[in-house]
Amino acid sequence: MAEVLRGTGPGTARKAPSLARLSRRAGVLLGTLALTFLGLLFVTFVIGRVIPIDPVLAIVGDRALPEVYERVKLELGLDKPLTTQFVRYVAETATGNFGKSVLTGNPVLDDIRQFFPATLELATLATLLGVALGVPAGVLAAVHKGRWPDHVIRVVSLIGYSVPVFWLGLVGLLVFYARLDWVAGPGRIDIVYEYSIEQSTGLMLVDTALSGNWDAFRDAFAHIILPASILGYYSLAYIARMTRSFMLEQLAQEYVTTARVKGLGEGRVVWRHALGNVMVPLITVVALSYAYLLEGAVLTETVFAWPGLGLYITNSLFNADMTAVLGGTVVVGVCFIGLNLLSDLLYAVFDPRTR
Amino acid sequence: MSARAWLLSDAPASRLQARLGRAYLSARALVANPLALAGLLIVVALVVVAALAPMLEVGDPFAQDLSQRLLPPSAEHWFGTDQLGRDILSRVVQGARLTLTIVVLVAVIVGPLGLLIGTVAGYFGGWIDAVLMRVTDIFLAFPRLILALAFVSALGPGIENAIIAISITLWPPYARIARAETMTVRNSDFIAAIQLQGASSARILWGHIMPLCVSSVIIRVTLDMAGVILIAAGLGFLGLGAQPPAPEWGAMVSAGRDFLLDQWWVATMPGLAIFIVSLGFNLLGDGLRDVLDPKHA
Amino acid sequence: MPEARAAHAGPLLDVAGLHVRFATPRGLVHAVRGIGFTMGREKLGIVGESGSGKSVTARAILGLVPRPGRVEAERIDFGGTDLRGLSPRQWRAVRGRRIAMVLQDPKFSLNPVMPVGEQIAEAYRTHAKASRAEARDRALAMLEAVRIRDPRRVYGAYPHEVSGGMGQRIMIAMMLVPEPELLIADEITSALDVTVQMQVLAILDDLVTQRGMGLIFISHDLSLVASFCDRVQIMYAGRIVEEARASALSAARHPYTRGLLACLPSVDEAERAELPVLKRDPAWLA
Repeated sequence: MAEVLRGTGPGTARKAPSLARLSRRAGVLLGTLALTFLGLLFVTFVIGRVIPIDPVLAIVGDRALPEVYERVKLELGLDKPLTTQFVRYVAETATGNFGKSVLTGNPVLDDIRQFFPATLELATLATLLGVALGVPAGVLAAVHKGRWPDHVIRVVSLIGYSVPVFWLGLVGLLVFYARLDWVAGPGRIDIVYEYSIEQSTGLMLVDTALSGNWDAFRDAFAHIILPASILGYYSLAYIARMTRSFMLEQLAQEYVTTARVKGLGEGRVVWRHALGNVMVPLITVVALSYAYLLEGAVLTETVFAWPGLGLYITNSLFNADMTAVLGGTVVVGVCFIGLNLLSDLLYAVFDPRTR
Repeated sequence: MSARAWLLSDAPASRLQARLGRAYLSARALVANPLALAGLLIVVALVVVAALAPMLEVGDPFAQDLSQRLLPPSAEHWFGTDQLGRDILSRVVQGARLTLTIVVLVAVIVGPLGLLIGTVAGYFGGWIDAVLMRVTDIFLAFPRLILALAFVSALGPGIENAIIAISITLWPPYARIARAETMTVRNSDFIAAIQLQGASSARILWGHIMPLCVSSVIIRVTLDMAGVILIAAGLGFLGLGAQPPAPEWGAMVSAGRDFLLDQWWVATMPGLAIFIVSLGFNLLGDGLRDVLDPKHA
Repeated sequence: MPEARAAHAGPLLDVAGLHVRFATPRGLVHAVRGIGFTMGREKLGIVGESGSGKSVTARAILGLVPRPGRVEAERIDFGGTDLRGLSPRQWRAVRGRRIAMVLQDPKFSLNPVMPVGEQIAEAYRTHAKASRAEARDRALAMLEAVRIRDPRRVYGAYPHEVSGGMGQRIMIAMMLVPEPELLIADEITSALDVTVQMQVLAILDDLVTQRGMGLIFISHDLSLVASFCDRVQIMYAGRIVEEARASALSAARHPYTRGLLACLPSVDEAERAELPVLKRDPAWLA
């Protein structure tokens, strides 16, 4: 997909792309997207049909009358052949109908819409932390390659790749909440404040700040800082490592020698020239890191009782609410696809060589 | 001639000598790197502990003794006891077997599967390639844990299902690697020569192309092992892996959550085990990559 | 002003006993083995094949030999300044301002994500307190000096948008804008077509002569160097094996030089049916 956008495939000349070429590229892109989305739905559809649980029984209960059973079965379209069911599934999902949650009875999409902002807030803050700390760390590691700053940062990164997120969360709670009392405990906000917040974006930090409710803001911050830091650590590990790798590659390039020959100070050589060339691939790294955080969020939210999409999926899982689980999986899959696409697009937009 | 001189000779007399010589140099480079060496030692320790678990004198991982529940680490119970009075050290040791089983089985499924799909796609090209690559892309479009979750939730909890679920989510990158390597050699002269001799596609794939791709896949598998351990532990934490009373490390951490504040060791010890083993594989994988693929530095 | 600088008595560059060694896992590589030379405000050519140590010499003079290389010299004297053991701050006053270097391939030696005009302006502002507008004007003037038509358009262009010859002229502009005393040209024409080579060299010749600068011209092309430079040094395996005025090159004595000269075809030769192949004598490594 990236090659299509960057125009480095066969038959692409290095001139400004004509409208026809651009629209052809866009067409290919959309086609690929649609296929991938279709495939995603196919996988979730298969999973949904593989379960040993009878979906009808899950809704009506095992003491229902046979007529009720039959009616629900017809409603769900389970009497039709599988291909028809799949088509219906695709049509429904594409229009936003993810089915009804077995547990709550609500449309799954509505439930997800309630839970999603919490994950969004957590992942965004974690990514911001990861970038703010990870990029300078990676640069430092590359500039001082082989010496102690490099070793320290590599070890920190390595630990981030090796430590289980749920365990780190628990240890974090134990140390910073139970023993040191520096942060608030599990949950998103204290009950005291929960109903006094005017919800506009669903992002607690933003909502409380916008309405000037500073007590609630502080409380929300105290609750989010630990899970965000823990997820942020993973983001940092990945970003620092990639930054280091990119920087090492750039620092070996000839234009860096040119910059030094010009008499530029080493600071400018590193932070303006080398880092400038790293920015573009780094944007895609950040987008991907955001995507990976969606994964980590599942376990983090479980540990911190954070009411986000991850917790929604795991709770639905424990309650055998397959519709909800699959709905959540589709949403995460779509986000993943979207972020990958965004990273490819950003690359094409920002790299002057593709303009 | 000493063994070392024979290995390092500039003009090896046989292919075996050349291969052994290269392996020796790689092994030396690997061991010279202290971090990689540490990783190797950790992995070796895991294998040894797992293999010798029944013989190690650490007590019975399943023996419950409620009068001994939740004891802190002591001389008698190095890691303390859990909520059912079981010795945690022995459970961690026993859990090493489970971890190793999962890692090995996933590797054995994922490597060949990815290799097969990748080489077939790369060799035949055309619509076979397009279809297989679309399938690969679809599986790559999911974050691994979520997909594994969905699969396990559908199939039911248990260690076998966990292994299957993880394998299903993990094979795409290997197919990609194998495909890329296949495509670079597909048009080379020696393949053309074998085709002219009348070899069937199956023979070419199996005998000539796959062996070339094997080493990249092996490197990647080692690097991914840490991730496999973490995903498996995550599934265990959610109760989707090996079921109690099996001493799966993730499940043990989850069980220890309730006692986290006062009896921290119940959750911390198995978590440490996960961390150290994962770290070991990461260090080893990094070291292997530095040695075998120096561009990556 | 070039005239004021020429008041310094003695050679522009005086090198003696220069050694560069690289410690590699496979052993010590002795890239430059105790060479020495002096030069004034003239065009000195250094010719050698790959691995002869000519580029390493240039980088050693500028203090840019990368780790794990180690530079040792009895003397590296540049216009009264000892270039050995300078601090980074002292180097910033020398590099660009007094000595500059143009590299081989502008595709790689120019920053790909910065417009070329800004890279020239940056070179100017590093060594002169000037506003952005002034620096821009200077850069445009320099682009004209290297005979680039439409300097304004080229100013905002990116390196991948200009041809090889134009890129090298931009590099020359960038390196000459702070008015250094010595320019090192490291294989600057090796990546160019022959006709473009001539153009670039003509421009370089003009500018160097106008400004009274010294030029070290490094190349593997003996005939090119002989036609362009005043004096020529031949390097082989880290040593200088021959030194001569360009006009007197045909009277060279070292067998390596004679071998190189013999390999050059000439348009109006009648006697030779085959070009000879250079035979390397291991004695030259001693």
